[in-house]
Amino acid sequence: MQPAFSVIFLTTLIGAAQGLFLALYGTELINLGGLGPADSQRFLVTGSLVALVLSALGLVASFFHLGHPERAWRSAAMWRTSWLSREVIALPVFMLGVFLYGASHFLGWSNTPLIGAATALACLVLFVCTAMIYASIRFLQEWASPLTLVNYLLLGCASGMMLATLLAALSGLSALVQPYALTATALTLLAWVTRSLSLVRNARLKPKSTLQSAIGIKHPRIVQKAQGFMGGSFNTREFFHGRSPELLSTVKWGFLLLVFPLPLMCMALGVIAASKEMLFIAFFTQYFGLLAERWFFFAQANHPQNLYYQNIS
Amino acid sequence: MTQLALVIDLNVCVGCHACVTSCKQWNTSGTAGALVDINPYGAEPNGTFFNRVQTFEVGQFPNTQTVHFPKSCLHCEDPPCVPVCPTGASYKRAEDGIVLVDYDKCIGCKYCSWACPYGAREFDEERKVMTKCTLCVDRVTDTALPASERKPACVLACPSNARLFGDIHDPESVVSKAIAERGGYQLMPEWGTSPSNHYLPRRKTEIRIHAEDLERVDNPLKIDGQLPEHAHRDPGREDFAT
Repeated sequence: MQPAFSVIFLTTLIGAAQGLFLALYGTELINLGGLGPADSQRFLVTGSLVALVLSALGLVASFFHLGHPERAWRSAAMWRTSWLSREVIALPVFMLGVFLYGASHFLGWSNTPLIGAATALACLVLFVCTAMIYASIRFLQEWASPLTLVNYLLLGCASGMMLATLLAALSGLSALVQPYALTATALTLLAWVTRSLSLVRNARLKPKSTLQSAIGIKHPRIVQKAQGFMGGSFNTREFFHGRSPELLSTVKWGFLLLVFPLPLMCMALGVIAASKEMLFIAFFTQYFGLLAERWFFFAQANHPQNLYYQNIS
Repeated sequence: MTQLALVIDLNVCVGCHACVTSCKQWNTSGTAGALVDINPYGAEPNGTFFNRVQTFEVGQFPNTQTVHFPKSCLHCEDPPCVPVCPTGASYKRAEDGIVLVDYDKCIGCKYCSWACPYGAREFDEERKVMTKCTLCVDRVTDTALPASERKPACVLACPSNARLFGDIHDPESVVSKAIAERGGYQLMPEWGTSPSNHYLPRRKTEIRIHAEDLERVDNPLKIDGQLPEHAHRDPGREDFAT
């Protein structure tokens, strides 16, 4: 597939926002770090605001994917059948939840655990919807796997936890930095395993469709001599990344480095040396790595329609 | 339940692209608006087409066959592009099974094109909506036209009659009979989309010559008994006669 930057930014930004919110809610739930009420309120409000801004940026990015953004409201209609429609509903619900959570902390209401629980549920639903948009297309075998769901969940949570670590350090709440960093490490390591598993799975995939089944002629040797046009079309633009296998391989090893070992090292240094700069570098290294990871996720998916467009003439 | 569809005879398609141009002409002149043409006379011409003819070479030289393969939307009975549409712009008509896009509802998210394994949908870069073969719904349902012309433009244009049009759920229709009698098949059956359009396979064209065809029945020598009767080892004409 041709990677679309609007979708890459949408999925990575809301992933970080969702992970960050889960970190905040978890902190409140078990009273992590034993914060005083004033510190706790200040941190949870700031964190909610950051999560809200990130998901709003993701929402804005998603509009750039549409041919008719002014009709976007229509996309909530088919939630019974379409995961995309479900995501369109789940994202604003999650954002509303984060807003209410932050606002009720800001106003000092006592019902925050309840709002937090509802928002956490919306957050998990949103993870499922986002991942199922891809995992539910059975023709794209690279995506049609439960690992897609696991990876979206774990990578989003890891990214959000890294951000939570940075925010805790910036807010001067040193009691939170270490537990956050440990959780971020655990999530990143877990995501490293599951993302590698999906890479291994995809490398071993055997395409279900062949040129034989595409045109229905059972002969081992079929060569396309003409695709019917020379100037390109939607079919030749949308479904192939148009890059060399070397570049794809570089991006793969690049994201494997940027998402997992490098940010972990930076974060360890940042925690040991109590350096906010290193934690800052850790989060953004991982975020850029996740952009590459998402680009590769799209580029790697091989659409069966490409079988019909092998040779111009 | 009616399911309108095309049956394409690969045995007689000559790859002339008349179906492609007639499709473009009809659908660009319709009420739904023009099909985009970007830079049509330049170096990189580009545009939206609902139908394409592709060419494949099957086999190893010298035993090769050139197969011309027209491809348009297959109007699946279980279309995977319809349930994924977030707005309901993509739908399958209950009355005749045609899969259509409501251009006024489409937000141009392209998700339906991802969900079509055949690459049958094309995003229109000017109108910013998803477009596809409509099976000339504005022709086939137009009662002002004479019945013989209520067919898709591509079917009417085909000079070798390689495109048949009809209801594949009616066992008496031309298309159902062609599918049943000539081994009509579906594309990519592995995905369970059950495409309505079928393709008829290539057939070996052969002439069977019987020994008796080569004999002159009124040969005087034979009449006089001076030529021996031919040994009939092969089945004769009467063996095939019904």
